[in-house]
Amino acid sequence: SSGINAEWPLRPGYKLYFEMAVPMLRTTLTLTPSATRGMATLKDIEMRLKSVKNMKKITSSMKMVSAAKFARAERALKPARAYGTGAASLYEKNDFDTSGKDSVLLALSSDRGLCGGIHSNVGKMVKAAHAETPITKAIIVGDKAKAILVKVIGDTFLSCFNNVGKKPTSFTDALDIAEEVLSHDYDTINIVYSKFKNIVSYNTEEKPVPSLESVESNAAIYVYDEVDSEVLRCYQEFTLANIIYHSMKECEASEQSSRMSAMENATKNAGEKIDALTLQYNRTRQAVITRELIEIISGASALE
Amino acid sequence: SGINAEWHYGRVEDMAFRSLAIRSAALCRRAMATEASTNTFPLTFGSPSKNIHDGTAVKQVDIPSTTGHFGILPNHVPTIAILLPGVVSIQPEAGDVQKFFVSSGTATIHPDSTVQILAEEICDVGDIDVAAARSGLEAAQSKLASASSEVDKATAQIEVDVYQSMVASA
Repeated sequence: SSGINAEWPLRPGYKLYFEMAVPMLRTTLTLTPSATRGMATLKDIEMRLKSVKNMKKITSSMKMVSAAKFARAERALKPARAYGTGAASLYEKNDFDTSGKDSVLLALSSDRGLCGGIHSNVGKMVKAAHAETPITKAIIVGDKAKAILVKVIGDTFLSCFNNVGKKPTSFTDALDIAEEVLSHDYDTINIVYSKFKNIVSYNTEEKPVPSLESVESNAAIYVYDEVDSEVLRCYQEFTLANIIYHSMKECEASEQSSRMSAMENATKNAGEKIDALTLQYNRTRQAVITRELIEIISGASALE
Repeated sequence: SGINAEWHYGRVEDMAFRSLAIRSAALCRRAMATEASTNTFPLTFGSPSKNIHDGTAVKQVDIPSTTGHFGILPNHVPTIAILLPGVVSIQPEAGDVQKFFVSSGTATIHPDSTVQILAEEICDVGDIDVAAARSGLEAAQSKLASASSEVDKATAQIEVDVYQSMVASA
């Protein structure tokens, strides 16, 4: 009789070997790590499966955490939006000169990653603006934007803020940033931030804010009655803090929603990978059993 | 036939009546709009964390500013003002006067009669605890008396002013 012949059903006589061999095989499976022809061993697949399952747990819990943070951020964004658009109304209803040569870039991002394209989009917009007109002064908020931009405009950094993203931003944070901005001379501030559109999308935008000098030098301001320079200076400073606060709240909502969808995608991909790996694991397991059976059977038939 | 003619006549009459109705409705609406704009103006009033009004039509707003306490009516002269700690009272289109204590902020009246009042902290006058405000005032007054440097004196003076206006408004 021929050697290897594993056609099912087994020829009678070998059935006994099969009934004895299967329980023996089950105990020997874990002791046979030999790979045949580059096929991944059972142990390898098992390890990969375990690590992907862990990853899925982590991404799924990150998604839930950022969903909770997003709900909070969106709720805080509503009054912040009314507040910020009210603050910017003076600049929107009047055309103040924002094309000043001496402009400061304020890039808003955060310290934490895994949020889709938020930080890289801010970096892209800044790099594009830098290619058009070179940036001379920059204030960076968030370690991620700093890491992206340090190679491009690192020598223009006036100051950097970090510890952003762990807790929701407060008005005091915006006041600190505004104070830092106002301590430098400039014609315009260009704020680059991520504006929240809806739960699945955001836009990276650049918002120019004129300085006290460019507002004072524009005749349009004198439509407003009884405006002396002290009042105007206080007004400008407060308005700048308000606009920065609004932009930071928009960034927060965009970042949390983006992280939520990024983690959801990661969880979905991990799930698909787990399915594919499980199939591969089962197929490999069956192939190992079949191989052992063939060896036993061919060994037994050689004895005849 | 007779029926056709009747129907045709009725339809023409109907159309004429309908166009008259449409025209008079448009006139009514225009009249109402002008009446609204002379009576009220849109107000946006909020703090970074709380929004009280967002473009709601109100009749009058009184604000405490550095140039004095003044009231804003529709078609007020455009101006910008800095708020002092004090009470902002709002007369909405319908209902009672609303009073809020504000810490500080800005007020803007635009040429198109829209008003934005932005304050750092807003609290309803009814929520102020008079006893706590009074004890805070006493503490601030003693701090002012014992203050040495200019910065300390100025900070203590600001505290005294705020507590005084809080006590006065409650």
